[in-house]
Amino acid sequence: MLPSLYEYLLYLGDNTLILGHRNSEWCGHGPALELDIALTNISLDLIGQARLYYQYAASETAWQSEDTIAYLRDAHQFRNLLLVEQPNGDWAHTILRQFLFSSFQHHLYNYLRESSDPTIAAISNKSYKEVAYHLRWSSEWVIRMGDGTQESHQRMLTALEDLWMFTGEFFLPAPYEDQLPTGIQPLPAPLMQGFWMDRIKEVFSAAGLPVPASPGFQSGGKTGRHTEYLGYVLAEMQFLQRAYPGSNW
Amino acid sequence: MSNEWPLWEVFIRSKQGLDHKHVGSLHAADAAMAIENARDVYTRRQEGVSIWVVESSKIHASDPDQSDNLFEPAADKIYRHPTFYSLPPEVKNI
Repeated sequence: MLPSLYEYLLYLGDNTLILGHRNSEWCGHGPALELDIALTNISLDLIGQARLYYQYAASETAWQSEDTIAYLRDAHQFRNLLLVEQPNGDWAHTILRQFLFSSFQHHLYNYLRESSDPTIAAISNKSYKEVAYHLRWSSEWVIRMGDGTQESHQRMLTALEDLWMFTGEFFLPAPYEDQLPTGIQPLPAPLMQGFWMDRIKEVFSAAGLPVPASPGFQSGGKTGRHTEYLGYVLAEMQFLQRAYPGSNW
Repeated sequence: MSNEWPLWEVFIRSKQGLDHKHVGSLHAADAAMAIENARDVYTRRQEGVSIWVVESSKIHASDPDQSDNLFEPAADKIYRHPTFYSLPPEVKNI
């Protein structure tokens, strides 16, 4: 497997694994039973997507598996976007993080369905429907909170201030993206920004939220330079496999 | 917060052509949220292909205290069942 393809698969899988893990932290703590289950469903979708990308990434080496990829790499080897590792914060932070990511992922998978790599195309095609629902669900919540009470609106503004800075990274291609053979990623990341922004404007306008003028200036996650939060996510997620290697249930 | 959300009754149709069946209830702020919540709570194991939600307060029910009056009189009227007709053998699936 080409190194660039391998890294790109890690990028796709790490995004969904880490966000899936973050969302799973709400399990048992959701603001209402219904929302607890909704977010857990999204977690399971995302972790399922990560498994498919990892299985593909591991498929050409004998010593690797989806589990070694998920559990035995350290933070600097993870390729996920900085956004998805950010703490859950309050409900506003969690649903805004989901919305910002799902709106990007929706476009990304839409193009990856046409990928010249048949496995990526098949995984993306299957996952596209899941992501369409995540986008719908999180859009509804952004509107509900933004256009809700004074307090919910204020919480959304705070979440926006905390998270917007991580969105620019979506469209900054990592070296491995630039090295991908033509056609694997049919639309290069920078060209997706306009489509993404259309969706952001539409939902923010319905939610009465401002579209921040500042660019999303934080980056590094795609090449392994993470915020301090990822280490804690991994410590919890990987503990069992590190303490009891190969354990199974 | 969830305590302030009204209660909704959820009906799921399990297959094309079958009836919607009552499956339970949930809390939601409005109809759109009720359908999303119903999707997440009641269809995660492929239970259905269509969802109806109705605000519980919009459902009017018979009074359990009047069950005697309402339902018992039907108990001894077996002639209302179509079991006294001899069907021709050609009619099989009735």
